[in-house]
Amino acid sequence: MKHHIEGSQAVAHAIALCRPEVMACYPISPQTHIVETLSRKVKAGEIGNCQFLNVESEFGALSVLIGASAMGARTYTATTSQGLLFMAEAVYNAAGLGLPIVMTIANRAIGAPINIWNDHSDSMSMRDAGWIQLFAEDNQEAVDLHIQAFRLAEELSCPVMVCMDGYILTHAYEVVDLPTQEQVDGYLPAFEPVQVLDPQDPVSIGAMVGPEAFAEVRYLAHDKHLRALEAIPRLSQAFQDIFQRRSGGLLKAYHTDEAETILLALGSVNGTIKDAVDDLRKEGWPVGSLALCAFRPFPSHALRHVVQDAKRIIVFEKDLAVGKGGIVSSDVKMALRGLPTIVDTVIAGLGGRPIPKASVINTVKQACLEGLEEPHFLDLNWDAINRELTRQQAQRRSGPTAENILREIGAPGASPI
Amino acid sequence: MPYQRVKFYQTGTFTVGNRLLDESNRTVQAGMDRTNSLNSGHRACQGCGEALGARYALDAVMRATHQQMVAVNATGCLEVFSSPYPESAWQIPWLHSLFGNAPAVASGVAAALRAKGRKDVRVIAQGGDGATVDIGFGCLSGMFERNDDVLYVCYDNEAYMNTGVQRSGSTPPRAWTNTTQAVGVDPGNPMGIGKNLPRIAMAHGIPYVATASVADLHDLEAKVTKAMNFRGARYIHIHVPCPLGWKSDPAHTIKVARLAVESGLFPLIEAEGGEVTDRTPIRKQVPVEQYLELQGRFKHLFHPRDERALEAIQAIADANIHRYQLLPVKA
Amino acid sequence: MERKPFAITLNPASSLANHTGNWRTMRPIYVDHLPPCNQGCPAGENIQGWLYEAEEGKYEQAWRKIMEENPFPAIHGRVCYHPCETACNRGQLDEPVSIHAVERFLGDYAIEQGWQVEAGVETGKRVLVVGAGPSGLSAAYHLARLGHAVTIIEAGPKPGGMMRFGIPQYRLPRNVLDAEIARIVAMGVSIHLNQKVDNLETTIQEGEFDAVFLAIGAHLSKRVDIPGRDAGRMIDVLGFLKGMDGRAVPKIGRRVVVYGGGDTAIDAARTAKRLGAEETILIYRRDRGHMPAHDFEVEEALEEGVLTRWLQTIRQVDNTTLTVEEMTLDEQGRPQPTGRIETLEADTVILAVGQEVDTGFLEDVPGLDISSDGVIQVDASMMTGRAGVFAGGDMVPAERTVTVATGHGKKAARHIDAYLRGSEYRKPSPNTVAAYDRLNTWYYTDADKNRQPYLDLARRRASFEEVVGGLDTDTALLEARRCLSCGNCFECDTCYGVCPDNAIIKLGPGQRYEVNYDYCKGCGVCAEECPCGAIDMVKEVR
Ligand SMILES: Cc1cc2nc3c(=O)[nH]c(=O)nc-3n(C[C@H](O)[C@H](O)[C@H](O)COP(=O)(O)OP(=O)(O)OC[C@H]3O[C@@H](n4cnc5c(N)ncnc54)[C@H](O)[C@@H]3O)c2cc1C
Ligand SMILES: Cc1ncc(C[n+]2csc(CCOP(=O)(O)OP(=O)(O)O)c2C)c(N)n1
Ligand code: SF4
Ligand code: SF4
Ligand code: SF4
Ligand SMILES: [Mg+2]
Repeated sequence: MKHHIEGSQAVAHAIALCRPEVMACYPISPQTHIVETLSRKVKAGEIGNCQFLNVESEFGALSVLIGASAMGARTYTATTSQGLLFMAEAVYNAAGLGLPIVMTIANRAIGAPINIWNDHSDSMSMRDAGWIQLFAEDNQEAVDLHIQAFRLAEELSCPVMVCMDGYILTHAYEVVDLPTQEQVDGYLPAFEPVQVLDPQDPVSIGAMVGPEAFAEVRYLAHDKHLRALEAIPRLSQAFQDIFQRRSGGLLKAYHTDEAETILLALGSVNGTIKDAVDDLRKEGWPVGSLALCAFRPFPSHALRHVVQDAKRIIVFEKDLAVGKGGIVSSDVKMALRGLPTIVDTVIAGLGGRPIPKASVINTVKQACLEGLEEPHFLDLNWDAINRELTRQQAQRRSGPTAENILREIGAPGASPI
Repeated sequence: MPYQRVKFYQTGTFTVGNRLLDESNRTVQAGMDRTNSLNSGHRACQGCGEALGARYALDAVMRATHQQMVAVNATGCLEVFSSPYPESAWQIPWLHSLFGNAPAVASGVAAALRAKGRKDVRVIAQGGDGATVDIGFGCLSGMFERNDDVLYVCYDNEAYMNTGVQRSGSTPPRAWTNTTQAVGVDPGNPMGIGKNLPRIAMAHGIPYVATASVADLHDLEAKVTKAMNFRGARYIHIHVPCPLGWKSDPAHTIKVARLAVESGLFPLIEAEGGEVTDRTPIRKQVPVEQYLELQGRFKHLFHPRDERALEAIQAIADANIHRYQLLPVKA
Repeated sequence: MERKPFAITLNPASSLANHTGNWRTMRPIYVDHLPPCNQGCPAGENIQGWLYEAEEGKYEQAWRKIMEENPFPAIHGRVCYHPCETACNRGQLDEPVSIHAVERFLGDYAIEQGWQVEAGVETGKRVLVVGAGPSGLSAAYHLARLGHAVTIIEAGPKPGGMMRFGIPQYRLPRNVLDAEIARIVAMGVSIHLNQKVDNLETTIQEGEFDAVFLAIGAHLSKRVDIPGRDAGRMIDVLGFLKGMDGRAVPKIGRRVVVYGGGDTAIDAARTAKRLGAEETILIYRRDRGHMPAHDFEVEEALEEGVLTRWLQTIRQVDNTTLTVEEMTLDEQGRPQPTGRIETLEADTVILAVGQEVDTGFLEDVPGLDISSDGVIQVDASMMTGRAGVFAGGDMVPAERTVTVATGHGKKAARHIDAYLRGSEYRKPSPNTVAAYDRLNTWYYTDADKNRQPYLDLARRRASFEEVVGGLDTDTALLEARRCLSCGNCFECDTCYGVCPDNAIIKLGPGQRYEVNYDYCKGCGVCAEECPCGAIDMVKEVR
C-alpha cells in the first residue's frame, strides 16, 4: 500500500513489521521521529511483547542490545552523529561479538562546531568497526533496507547499520509503498542465534583473546563481510521476489554503459546526481552514475566490473578525512588499482550544505575539461576562508573560528549584540 | 539478620559449614554439590578476594534461582583472570562486553527475557569498583532508575587492579595506588574525596541494596539470597581484598576483610526502597590501625607514624559506627 | 566442527586444563595437633576427641572413647581436679570448657544405660595387682582389655582405695563408685578383699603370676609433734574419714578443729560439719592463698560454715584447750612464728598433715628402690627395680590424685602387656601442642559455660547428699559444643569454603578434606582461616 508518509514514520513502520523484541533508544536529532514512533507502537501493543527501553545514553542503548541479542532477542536502535560516537566502544564490541543488531543511522555531521544537519561523517567514523553499512537512496529504499538488514544480520551473525540521510530522508514526506506483515513474515524468518546465553548450555561469551588467536578472530570477521558481498545481492533478489521491487544490492548503476565519466555517491544525493546525469547526457556528455548501496563490505569487484571501461570516476562524498581528503574515493581507488581510470574526489554537502544540481554539472564539466584539484571542495566560500586565515596570522588570540566565519558571511544572529 | 543467629558453641554460624547445623541452615559454600560457578584453573592471584567473592555470590544466586541464571561481567580482573582464550573458568552462561556497560548489557538480557516471557531465568551483572563507581556509573544509574530486573554485584577491591593498581572513586583516603603515590605532602589518596555507591544506590530508591564482605559468608549469602527474592534493580557491594593492590599477605585476604568490618570502615548494611533496614553489628571492635597496618598500601602512615591521618581514618570508622549503630546493644 | 564462534566463545570450566598448582611455593597440609586439654589430662584422655562425638549427641561413642583411656568417667567427672580445664584454650576466650561436667554426664549416662566393656582375647598370662584403689583398678581394667587374667588383692573390706575411704560421699556417691568398679569386675577381674599382701615374692609364686602391679597408695598419716596431755582428742584424718564408711559414725563432739591446709583437711572439716559439729575450725599455718587445697573446695567449705584460722599453728593441746601461735609469712612465703599466743576450745582435733606409703612389706623385695621419703622408684615404663614388678599411684613419686593414679594404671598396663609379650611399648610421639595462637577465634560464637546445679546450703550442711549436680542431655550437649577442637579438624568446611581456587575437596561427613594440588596456588587462606589450626603451611619441594 502506498502512503504519503514521513521517512522516519515509514522506517518505524517497517521496523515494527520486523517484530523486534528489544529496542533501546536515546534521542538525538534527526533520529527522534523514528524512536518516538516506535516507543508509541510498543506502548500501544502493536509490536507484540517488544520491550522499549529509554536509556541513559547511546552507549547504554547499544549495550542493552548487546545483552538482549546475546540472550537471543531481535534488537534494534537508531542514532546518529554524536550519539554514534558516544556508543563507539559498543559499536566495535557488538561486531566483535557477532551480534546481529540492526541500527539506523540518520546521518548527521559531527561537531564541533555542533551541527545537526546531514553529512556522512558519522557513519564513516565507524566504517571499520565490523558493521555492514547500507546506504538508502530514498525513503522507499530506507524501508526496504531495514527489512533486508535483519535477515542479512541474522544470517551472518553480524550487525548492520542502515544509513539514511538526516532530514533529507528522515523528515521528508514521500510516497512509500509500505509492506504488509505477511510480506515481511514471508521474507524474514525467526531469529535463530548461533550463540546464546542459556542455562542449559552455559558458554562464556566475550573471552579475552591474545596474540595467538586475535588475528584469526579478525580474519573471520573479514570473512563474514566477504560472505556478505554474496549475500547482499542474493537477499536483495529474494526481496524483489516477494515485494516486487528492486531495493538494495551492492550498487546501482545509472547509464554507466559506455559512460566515459561516472559520478559515484552514497545515499540521497544520488537523486540530484541522476538528474545532473540526465541533463549532461542531454547536452551530449557521456556520463553515468553509480549509487553505492553497500559501503561495508566494500563491493570492490562489482564496482570494478561496472566502471572498468570509464575514463573518469568523480566521487561525490559527504565527509572529509581531514588532512587527507576523500574516504569513499580512497576505497574506489583501491578497487580500481591497476586501471588507468582517473578518480576525482569532490567533498560536498558537509554539515547540510546543499548540493545543487548546477554545482554538480559544473564540477563534472570542469573535471572533464580541466581536471580537478585533489580533493575538490564543492562550493567553498574562499573569501571567508582567506579572510579568517589572514586574521589568524595577524593575531595570536584570534578567537573561535566557527563564530568568526559566521560573522564573515553575515549569518543571522552571528554578530555580537 | 535473616540467617540463623543461634548461640552456637564451638561452631557458630560463622564457619562456612557446620556439621552440627541442619543442612538447610548451612551455607551454599559448605555443600558438596555447590555449583562452583567460577571453577578452578582461573588465573587470579594467590588469595584473590574477588575470585572468592564472585564464587560466593554467584553460587548463592545459583541456588536461589535453581541454576536458572545468566551473568554479565564488566572488564576487569574478574573477567580477565576467568576467561582468557582458550579457557574459561565459568560454569554459568556468562557474557563479557565492555568495561563500562555491564549494567546496561544486563538490562538488555533482562529485557530479552521479558520479551520472551521467561520469568524463570534471572540476570546478574558484576564488575569491579572501577567498572561500577566510575566508568559504568551512568549505565548503572540508568539500570537502577528504570528498575530493571537485575542484581548488580560490585566487587570492591578499591582500585583499578587489572590495569596495575590505579586509583578509583572507591580508593580509600590515604591509600597508595600507582596514581596516588606515597610521596609529597599527605602521601597517598587525598582525604575527603571518593564516593559511597551503596548510598547512591539507595538514593535511587531501588528495592534492595546491601553491603557484604568475603569475611562474613553467612551474611553475604543471606543478602544475595534475599536480593533474589525481589524483582527489579538490586545492588550488592562486596568488599574483596586484593593482595596485589593492597600489598597484603595473600593468606590475610579474609582477615583483612574481617578487620575492615570489625573496625567499622566497611559497614555491613541492608536497605529496602532506599531506607536502611538492618545492619550487621560489629562482633569485636578493633581500632582502624589493626586493619591498616596489615596492608603495604598504608605503610607510609606508620613510617613515620602519621597521627593525623590515623585519627582521620578512625573518625571515618567512628562515623560509620554512629550512622549505622554498628556496635551491638549490650543486653 | 565447533558451532560456537571461534575464540570469543568458550566452553564452561575449560579452565580445568590450566593447572595453577605449579604457582605454589608453600603447600597446605592437614595436621592433627595435640589439644592442650589432652596434654593436661593425667589419665591421657583424648578429650577433644570424645567431645567431638558428644557434640553430635553421640554419647555412647564419646563414652567409649573415654573408656579407651579411663575406666572411671563418672568418678573423674566428680573428683578429678581437671587440669585439662586449666589448660583449655577456651579459658583465654571466656571460660574453659566444663570438661569434667560433660565427662561426668557421660559416665552417669553409661551407668544408667548399663553400657559394658568387653575383655580382650585371652592371652593366658596372669597378672597380680596389689591394691584396689584407682591405680590398681585402672591397671586391672586395661590389662583385662588386653586379654590378661588379673587378680587384685586388696587389704580393705571394699575396693576403691582412697576413693572410698578418703573422698567423702557428698563428693562421690558410693553407688557411682560401685557401678564403675562393678563394670571392671564384670570383665572377669577378680578382687580378693580383706587380704593384705605381706610377702610379695610368695604371693607371686603361689599365684603363678607373670607380672605384678603394685598400687598400695599412701595410707600412713604423717605425725606432727604437738605436746598434749590428752592425745585421745587428737585423731588422724584418714582414720576419721575411713570411719565414715563403717557402721559406727565417729564421735567428735561439738567443737572440732582440723589442722592442715590440703584437700583432705577440707574434706575432714566439711564431714565434721555434716556430722553435726556446731563449730568446725580449720587451722592452717599459712594464708588462704598458700593453701595446697583447691580454692573451689575451700570456697564450698566456707559456704557450708567452716571457720578458718589462717596463719596459725597448734602449739599445744590440753584437754579441750588448744594453744595456737600466730604466724607470719617471710618473703619466700614460709610461715614464721610471731610469739603471739592464743587459746581456744575444741572437743576433737583432726590432724590432716599428709600421708606416707606403707612400704614395710616391700623392704625385702630384691631390687626395689625405696627413696628416703618412702616412695618407690620406677622407670619410664613404671617398672620397679624388680623385673616384672611395676608400681604406680600414690606410692610412686608423682602428684597424688585419682587421675594420676588412674593414668599410671593405664600406662603400667600397656608396659606390662609389652613386657608379657616380650616387646616394648612405644607411645606414639605426641604432636605439637595446639596453642591458643593457632586458633582463629573469630569463628567461634560466644557461648556461656553451662553451670552444674548445686545442692541448697541447708541440705549441704546437714546431709551427705551429693553437693554438685550433673548436666542433663541438653546442657551436656551445649557444653560439649563449646569445645574449640583445638588443633583437630572438626569439619567446619571453612577451608573448603574460603579457597579462592576451589582447591579443597570435601570428602564427606567424617571423611574430612583433601587438597587438590593441581589447583592449589598456596595462598594460605585456608590455614589462616581454619578456626582450630588444623592446617599447616609447609615449604613446597619439587
Ligand atoms: C580425703 C581425701 C580426699 C581426696 N580427694 C581427692 C580428689 O578429690 N581428687 C583426687 O584426684 N584425688 C583425691 N585424693 C587423692 C586420691 O584419693 C589418691 O591419690 C588416690 O586414691 C591414689 O590411688 P592409689 O590407687 O594409688 O591408692 P589408694 O587409693 O590409696 O589405693 C590403695 C589401695 O591399696 C590397698 N592396700 C594398701 N596396702 C596393701 C597391701 N599391702 N595389700 C593389699 N592391699 C593394700 C589399700 O587398702 C587401698 O585400697 C584424696 C585423698 C584423700 C585422702
Ligand atoms: C573504556 C575502558 N577504559 C579503560 C580500560 C582499561 N581497564 C580495564 S580493566 C580496568 C580496571 C578495572 O578496575 P575495576 O573495575 O576496579 O576491577 P578490578 O580489576 O580492580 O577487579 C581498566 C582501567 C578499558 N578496558 N576500557
Ligand atoms: S590483582 Fe587483585 S583483584 Fe586482580 S586477580 Fe590479583 S588479587 Fe585478584
Ligand atoms: S577447647 Fe576443647 S580441645 Fe581446646 S583445650 Fe578446651 S576442651 Fe580441649
Ligand atoms: S577449616 Fe574447618 S574443616 Fe578445614 S581443617 Fe580447619 S576445622 Fe577442618
Ligand atoms: Mg577494582
